[in-house]
Amino acid sequence: MDTEILARIQFAFTVAFHYIYPPLSIGLGLILVIFESLYIRTKNKEYHQLAKFWTKIFALTFGIGVVTGIVMEFEFGTNWAVYSRYVGDIFGSALAAEGIFAFALESGFLGVLLFGWNRVKPWVHLVSTIGVFFGSMFSAIWIVVANSWQQTPSGYHIVGEGLHARAEITDFWAMVFNPSSVDRLLHVWLGAFLAGSFLVLSVHAYYLLRGRYEDISRRAFRIALIVATVFSLGQLMTGHRSADGVAVNQPAKLAALEGHFEAKAPADMYLFGWVDKETQQVTGVKIPGGLSFLLHYDFEEPVTGLNAFPEDERPPQVNAVFQFYHIMVAIGMTLIGLTLLACFFWWRGKLFDQRWLLWAFVWAVFLPQIANQVGWFAAEMGRQPWVVYGLLRTSDAFSQSVTANQILFSLILFFMVYALLFVLFIYLLNKKIKNGPYNEEETEDRPLTHEIANVLTPKQ
Amino acid sequence: METFLGLDYPTWWFLVVGALFSGYAILDGFDFGAGAWHLFLRKEESRRIALNAIGPVWDGNEVWLVIGGGALFAGFPVMYATFFSALYVPFMLFLVFIIFRAIAIEFRSKEPGKRWRQSWDICYSVSSIMLGFLLGVVLGNILLGIEIGPNYLYQGDGFFEFLNPYAIMTGFTSLSLFMMHGAIYLLLKTEGRLFVKLTFLLKKGMIFFIVSFGITSLYTLLYVTHLSDDFRSNPALFIIPLLTFLAIANVPRLASKKKYLMAFVFSSLTISLLLVLVAIEMYPNMLLSTIDPQYNLDIYEAAASNKSMKIMMIIVAIGAPLVLGYTTFVYMTFKGKVEMDENSY
Repeated sequence: MDTEILARIQFAFTVAFHYIYPPLSIGLGLILVIFESLYIRTKNKEYHQLAKFWTKIFALTFGIGVVTGIVMEFEFGTNWAVYSRYVGDIFGSALAAEGIFAFALESGFLGVLLFGWNRVKPWVHLVSTIGVFFGSMFSAIWIVVANSWQQTPSGYHIVGEGLHARAEITDFWAMVFNPSSVDRLLHVWLGAFLAGSFLVLSVHAYYLLRGRYEDISRRAFRIALIVATVFSLGQLMTGHRSADGVAVNQPAKLAALEGHFEAKAPADMYLFGWVDKETQQVTGVKIPGGLSFLLHYDFEEPVTGLNAFPEDERPPQVNAVFQFYHIMVAIGMTLIGLTLLACFFWWRGKLFDQRWLLWAFVWAVFLPQIANQVGWFAAEMGRQPWVVYGLLRTSDAFSQSVTANQILFSLILFFMVYALLFVLFIYLLNKKIKNGPYNEEETEDRPLTHEIANVLTPKQ
Repeated sequence: METFLGLDYPTWWFLVVGALFSGYAILDGFDFGAGAWHLFLRKEESRRIALNAIGPVWDGNEVWLVIGGGALFAGFPVMYATFFSALYVPFMLFLVFIIFRAIAIEFRSKEPGKRWRQSWDICYSVSSIMLGFLLGVVLGNILLGIEIGPNYLYQGDGFFEFLNPYAIMTGFTSLSLFMMHGAIYLLLKTEGRLFVKLTFLLKKGMIFFIVSFGITSLYTLLYVTHLSDDFRSNPALFIIPLLTFLAIANVPRLASKKKYLMAFVFSSLTISLLLVLVAIEMYPNMLLSTIDPQYNLDIYEAAASNKSMKIMMIIVAIGAPLVLGYTTFVYMTFKGKVEMDENSY
């Protein structure tokens, strides 16, 4: 295999693996802030137990997120040297801003969050948790800004030619608030909140089904359900705004998302389907003119199709982009349906009687994760063949001096390490969930003196 | 050329990047050092104390690598691209070991089993040793120069070209320096029998460092002569190596007087001064070409635009006090000897 494809595989693999963890950290960070705030307000010990329990799981995801993130930062230099030279002026400053404004904040306070329970006052601990949570949110800002600049570059001019051509920054704020930054950031944040809240829902639904930690789990489930409902509905809006933006700024990508080929015609919206690139046909279930309506509120309004672009400026894997995008949308809808249904049963006072629904929540933990992954794939593959939209081709961006063997070597290395990491993560996560938020034998039916002693010297 | 307080922007940014990497070497240096000694501590209890000595801070220390990397990317994109693609293999190894070290720290305490802990102990210690060594190897290659041709392209092809004798020497020097530095840090955080054991280990560490450093210095003076050109042409600069020697000599002196906090200050100073030496030897170049000096990459060719540098200076001016603020808060919260509780590793 040649250097380009290996470099792309390596980047896709390392970023996809990395992207399992930061959304969990951001989402769980929000949940931790809620639990701890409730503990301080109500002094109810259950919130404290929940906060401590979820902190342990948070630590696991955070640790893996950080180390796999460091890999990403340096891969730009090692594997994408031409790209790094080209965008360093812009991409580099966003990355450095992430380090200094966000990563330093989260990693600084992480020590207090994990080890400071008995060392600082509860409100100082809460402030540290908020610090870590905000840090992870800020991280997302800069990373999404950097990536959005690749999608919709602005605030720059090009100097030099050929190998020496590069983008130089002319307007920092125009770079930060490039046309897609805000929409994409909101979409990513909400995706992260969903990943976190659905993990909490899954674990506590499992406890409820097994009849363990029931009081504490009902409490946690309701809180996470509110978070999940609000943000799955919100995600519909950010998703719509993103699609609107793509239509304006990256019409070729939008056409690929819906498999729309005809240059000037109203576009249909598919619920699902299969794109044949050769015949330019999509087979599937569609709403005729649906995409036109979504973008222009008019079923007849034409939408730019793929054929409006030269062959070498269209995303090569149209069907893949189409499928990834549609899986994401379908999952988004499922999450809305699931949370609204749960809210309905809650309103009727029967939420925890619906065993099948609880089982659905146990397994739903995978859905936001899949949606985050495929959404990212659709965004990145839809941008092809450009690495910086309209400016730099992916095929020109990789390191000229690195050999295919070197990349293959590191790819195999990372594959083995990440496989091990993933197995260990699942093993430890499973173990922590099995151990539960506290030791049940100790808390149930024990004498009052025991209880008092436990309050005086908190054990878990 | 546009200047700020008499220095042009690339020079300013050269200083900023240098300061960030010195900060990184000092902070993650004691982590790596502490990890390198890990297997020398035999008892489970001692190993746990040593791990918890760096527990609340190692992740924050790693931030300096991320910020340093970002600063290099933003300030000197050409350097970033050439440097990392040229030293591809050592950097990939570095990344793999940094992952292993982090997960070893995270996972070790999660299971009580003896075999589980033993495996992670080995993983943690070996990774720390390799990280300390690889940083020195990379530095050695920077000092020696690499095969850069036209268009900033690396022209070497060897998988193991980075592992030349000089780089191995600098690798051992940095490893031994971090081990000395890490032993002093552990002494600050421990008491009792472990403390006594560490005083012995520190002695070994100091000898290891002074021997490695001596050999590397001698070799540099005799065979890597291009590095001392600046000093020969400007004798006033000799003050820096002189200060370095004094700082190094001060570490065993303070250690023998049991003034470990001051010894830690001086081992940190040693790290910075050695990097200052490297900076002086290199400036204004960032990478030396072994093919032809005309392909040397200097800070002006490597630099981003002035506009970008100005923005970055503002970012640093706002960000640096914040980072110092919460770093201080964390170190104050966990100051003093290690106290174990149920949240510890």
